[in-house]
Order: sequence, then C-alpha cells, then structure tokens
Amino acid sequence: MALTGLQIYKLLPGSSKNAEVKKHANCKECGFPTCLAFAMKLAQKQVELAQCPYVEEEAKSQLEESAAPPIRLITLTAHGRKLEVGHETVMFRHDKTFYHQPGLFVKVKDTQADAVDIAKAVNNYWVDYVGMCLALDGLAIEADGGDFAATVATIAPLAASPDAGGGHLILLTEDPTLAEAGLQAAKNIRPLLYAATPTNWQAMAKLAVQYKVPLVVATPKGSSLDDLANLADQVRAAGVEDIVLDPGVRDSRGSVQVLTQLRRLALKKNERRLGYPTLAFANNDPILAAQHIAKYAGFVLFDQFSPATIYPLLVTRSNIFTDPQKPIQVQPGIYEINNPKPTSPLMVTTNFSITYFAVANEVESSGVPSWLLVADAEGMSVLTAWAAGKFDAERIAKSINSTGIADKLNHKRLIIPGHVAVLMGELEEALPGWDIKVGPREAVDLPNYLKLVANS
Amino acid sequence: MIEIPLEKWTGKVREITLGATAAEGGTRTKTVTVGGETTLPFLEFEGSLPHATAIAIEVQDLPPTEWPTLLTEVWGEAMQNPGTWAKSAEARGADLIFLQFTAHDGLNADHAKKTVRQVLQATGLPLIVFGPGQADLDNDVLVAVAEEAKGERLLLGACEDKNYRTIVATALANGHLVNARSPMDVNLAKQLNILVSDMGLPLDRIIMDPTTGALGYGIEYGYSVMERQRLAALQGDNMLQQPMLVTPGEEAWRTKEARVGADMPTSWGDGVERAINWEVLTTSTLIQAGANIVVLRHPESVKRIKKQEFI
Ligand code: SF4
Repeated sequence: MALTGLQIYKLLPGSSKNAEVKKHANCKECGFPTCLAFAMKLAQKQVELAQCPYVEEEAKSQLEESAAPPIRLITLTAHGRKLEVGHETVMFRHDKTFYHQPGLFVKVKDTQADAVDIAKAVNNYWVDYVGMCLALDGLAIEADGGDFAATVATIAPLAASPDAGGGHLILLTEDPTLAEAGLQAAKNIRPLLYAATPTNWQAMAKLAVQYKVPLVVATPKGSSLDDLANLADQVRAAGVEDIVLDPGVRDSRGSVQVLTQLRRLALKKNERRLGYPTLAFANNDPILAAQHIAKYAGFVLFDQFSPATIYPLLVTRSNIFTDPQKPIQVQPGIYEINNPKPTSPLMVTTNFSITYFAVANEVESSGVPSWLLVADAEGMSVLTAWAAGKFDAERIAKSINSTGIADKLNHKRLIIPGHVAVLMGELEEALPGWDIKVGPREAVDLPNYLKLVANS
Repeated sequence: MIEIPLEKWTGKVREITLGATAAEGGTRTKTVTVGGETTLPFLEFEGSLPHATAIAIEVQDLPPTEWPTLLTEVWGEAMQNPGTWAKSAEARGADLIFLQFTAHDGLNADHAKKTVRQVLQATGLPLIVFGPGQADLDNDVLVAVAEEAKGERLLLGACEDKNYRTIVATALANGHLVNARSPMDVNLAKQLNILVSDMGLPLDRIIMDPTTGALGYGIEYGYSVMERQRLAALQGDNMLQQPMLVTPGEEAWRTKEARVGADMPTSWGDGVERAINWEVLTTSTLIQAGANIVVLRHPESVKRIKKQEFI
C-alpha cells in the first residue's frame, strides 16, 4: 500500500533519531526546501528517493517495499511475445480499470493422442471482434503418465510463426524430475511452472530459480490462507520472486470467495506474502471460466478447445477488461449492412461503440440492405456528442464528403437520428442538394422505420 | 494469522415477493422472493444471500416472427398458445413466467385480458408482464392486464420515466409490482425509483431494471452500473436497494452471434452451441454483478444457469 506524504516524512532525515542523520534535515540537497516538501513529492511519485543522499538503510527498504505494487506483475515470454498478468489496483472495474487480462490457456494431457493437434488449433485461432484480434494465450500441458518432455518439446516451438496466437506454456506436474525435463524441453521460452506444493516446494523452487521461470504455489483443498501465505513465503525465501497462487479451491462459489479474499488482502491489507496473481481451473465449464475472468483470476485453464465456446469467452474477457474511462470506439467510416445497393437507404450515427452496435444490430436484424455512415464523434453517444458539439452539421457533412459515400449511391437522402432532428436545417445548408430525413430516436424502432422506407 | 478482510456493509437489498397465493388474494400456487442480500453475490463469508437468482422464461402473446429458428424450433407448437407455452416453460425449469406483449393489429384490452387469463390458468407460477414498449400501447395493455389479474402481485413493465404514471397507478390500484427501467445510469435509476415511490407505491413493490447489453454489445456498461447500484444499496442508499431484473435472453438473441447461417466465420464455431453460450455467458456475467431476476429464452440456457447457481 502506498504511504502518505506524512508517513514518508517520518522515514526521512528530518525525523531521524540519529543525530548524525538528523543534522542533514532540510539541507535542500534533494532540490526541495524541506524534507517534508520532498516527502510530499515522493508520495505523488514525482521524484526518486535517490535524490536524498542521507536516507537511512532501514528507511530505504521500508520505502522501497511500500513503492512495490500490491500485486506483482508476472511475465511469460514465448517467441518474442509477452504475456503480463497482475499489477491490478482495484476491486471493481468502475473504480479505475482492470489492467491485465488474465491469460486464457487450454489444457491438454501428455497422454492425449490429439494434444499436438489441439495445440496447433489453439495457436492458430484468432477471431475479429470490433476490429480487434482476440486470441488465446497458449497451452497448459499436464503430465499424466505420457511422455511429458516429448510433448512439451513438440508443442513449445509451434507458435513460432509471427501470426500465431500467444504460444505461451504452463507446465503442470508436481514431480520435480518431470518438471526439469519439461523446462529443458521448453528452454527457448519462459513458461509458468505448476506447482510447488507443501511436499515438493524445495525442489520446485530450486528449478524455478535455475530456469528463471515463475512458479505457482499450490495448497491442497481445505488449506487455509495462512498455509498458502507460509508456503509462498518459503518459496520466496528460497529465491523465487515471480510467484502465482493457487489456493486449491475448485467449486465456483468457493472460487469467487477465495479469489476475492486474496485480492482484498493484497490491495486493502497490503499482505505482501499474498501479493501475487492467481491461477484458476475452469475444467470444461464456460460459466466458471467467465467467472474467473470477471472475479480475479490471473491465469484461467480451460479443458477444451471449441471456437463456439472460446469466442464468447474471449469477448467476455475483452469486455470486462475494457477501460471504463476510455470506451471502445469503432472506426469512423461506411459500414455496409445486408449487402446494400445504390438505391439502399443511408443512415448516420456516432462512433460510440454501444451506439454503433445498437444501430448496426437493429439494421442487420431488419434485413433491409442499408448503408451506415459512422461519423467521428470522439466516441460519444448521439445526444452527448451533439451536446458537446462533436456531432453537428459540420462534422456530419465532413464525413459524408470524406468517405465519398455519394459515389456509391444513386440518391442523396440521409437519415439522421431522431434525437438530433434540430440539425436538419443546418445540414441542408452544409450538404447542398441532399434531402435530410429524420429517423427514429431509438435504435429499436429502426426495423419498422426501414421497412416503411423500403416500401415507399 | 491472516485475518480475512470483511466489508462492514450497513445496507441490505429489499426482499420482494412476486405472486400471491389464494391466501394472499391471488391464485398462484407458488410465490418467488428475491433480494435480501447483505453482501455482494456469492460472498457468504461476510453476509447473507437468502435467495438465489430467479429465472424467468419469456413467452409472447403471439408466436414470434422475428426469433431465430433455433429458438422457435425448441418451443415448437407450444408457441401457438401463450398458456401452453407458459406450461412448457414451467416444465423446463422456470421460476417465473415473463409474458411479453408485442405490437400488432389485434393488440387491445380484450386481447390482453384474454391472454393473461390463459397464462394464469395454465401455470401456478408468478407472472411478469411487459407491454410492447410503446408508451400508449403499454398503458392500454398493462391497465387491462392489471385489472384482469387484480391481486396476483404481477410485476408490470417496463415502467420508464416517460410513462410511469399510468403503470404505477394501475399497480397501486390492483395490488401489483412495477419494473422500473432506466438506461444504464445509476442516478437515473435512483431518480425513477423516487418518482415511482412518490406516487405512493411502497418500495417493496418496485424492482429496478438497469437495462443491459449482450456480451460483446455493451455488457460492460450494464455490468458496472449494476455493481455500482448494488454497492450503493449495501452502503445504505435507501433508494437503490431494489432487487434488479435484467433481460439477457432478449439481448443475446438479438445479436448476430446468436443466429445460425452459412456465412458465419469459422472462428465463430458451431452455431447452436455459440448461440446458447452467448445467452448463458451474458446471463452468468450479470449474475456476478448482482442480478436478482434474469429473463431467458432458451431452455438449455436455463438448465445450465440453474446448475451453476446451486453449486
Ligand atoms: S536531501 Fe532533502 S530530504 Fe534529504 S535531508 Fe536534505 S532536505 Fe531532507
């Protein structure tokens, strides 16, 4: 937890009990008139502690500790790509935003005949969602009595091509010998190793240090958070800094509860021993996977690869991790809906994603071929944009002219949202020769309106 | 010893009962109570969550012409009669029947009365009744329905700022509840609850409906508004302590992803499974945000959500 300016001041020379240190109080060498002024700047993270040459060692370590993020950032790498998880700062996305999407992995076993085929499919999968390319992060390979090292060795290089998906790996085995064989087989990438348990943690921690990989600390079902914190502490003391937590809870209610508790402990209680991202299993259950995405998992393992399930899960993840302060905008321009012809109606709306979706969806379901002109209104809805002067006659005229839509039509009729009917006069001036029609206020009324237009 | 950090919530979501049995002046064989939460969804370690999310299944007054075949196939002949449809919905696990009137030439007070009577006779479950969403028609339909079903504690909707007066008045006069719908905005939700209760309708007869988008179509806005409304309730804001109803079925089945066609990208996968996942994940995500009543369309989605709720 970040310290306040006053708390920091108590650690600076101005507050020291040591006369040798205290004598530097307010010496201005940091560039500020007093130690207190410097403390305030430190609290705002505008200066570096190193600017004061007289900070005591103990104070230094306390200050550094407090500056560390409450949930550690964990990074996996593969073929030049990075997956970063952690560093979250809030319980609710509306408090600020969630920063790092949880890694979404498909789990295969080394005994599964189609493990490599699934790995290929996972790595090659991507889907376009409002112009974003959504993909999975990689494979979790479980040692299940097959040839673990060989399976890892075959799957690890699969995602080397530049247009493949994440290509990251999680190695699942509690046997240190197998773990080492797996790490050897994946030595060109930085996978996540699962798991250090109360019985094998020494050997696993040694491997994590030796191979420089992050390590999951897992306690069995029924353990307490004290057990988890102690195990994580032991592993850390053994030299592993990059830790991921698995509290061993598998049911859906229990998972929300324990993952909520872990996040609260890290954010609100500054519980350093548990200040790490978590890993959660979703088995074959998309509802559980979606829950882990919304409620606090850092890595989610899913047991099957089926686009009909993966697509909605990737969209869930993208939606929950959208920054609420920066709504997704759609690209301004011309959208063709239901294969429009030169005679088809032309409508205009703004590039706020929700507005666009509402309109596009209704037009699409109406079945009426149409042209939708999306004007750049800086991502605001129709009424907000109009009020802010971002959706006025000038802007609409500009998008008509810049897109060259007139060349695709054999008419000059533009339908504007009912909410901005007042723009009609100005638009007729700004777009000479155009006939401006006022459409419905709400998107839901578009299908009826369009059917009337189409029949007239 | 690690101490689990508990939030000390001071507020509680209002407990509201839909439907009335014979003893209570109605004819329902069951009533459904929602709300009563003193903490966030699923966090039993710091509060009580006395009632699971209730699942309503949508039936319409006439067989829908714009539903995708995936949906019309599964209900089949039952859709020909709203009573039969409601019975079938009850058999498929509904806790509540959501009766949606649609705009058509035959929509009038007589049709509304006849339809609600059919449904009341076919099922013992409590009813939610929605008008077609156009102010004049809603008023006609809902007044007729409210009178015909006097005393049944129906939930009438959607009651919005532009047309709440008539609906609230008829709910007051006939012993029903209203569903106060606001457009994804915490302040507007609160304001509408105040307007409705100022007309004299007790707060234990108001459900709030924050409006939502489907997965991929703005769900994150609805999700965060719901989380904020629920937090406000727990922090003691008396006018935001109403249970929440959302309509993920309607939203999800309007999306392109819920339609099956030859021209879908292969990355979208199998159509049936995708469409059901769309409804299910829209719903489960809204339950995480605090939904008390979810209105669904496909029985398979109902099955999957029910299974999850009781783990
Ligand atoms: S350098 Fe700044 S903070 Fe350090 S002792 Fe001098 S005045 Fe105080």
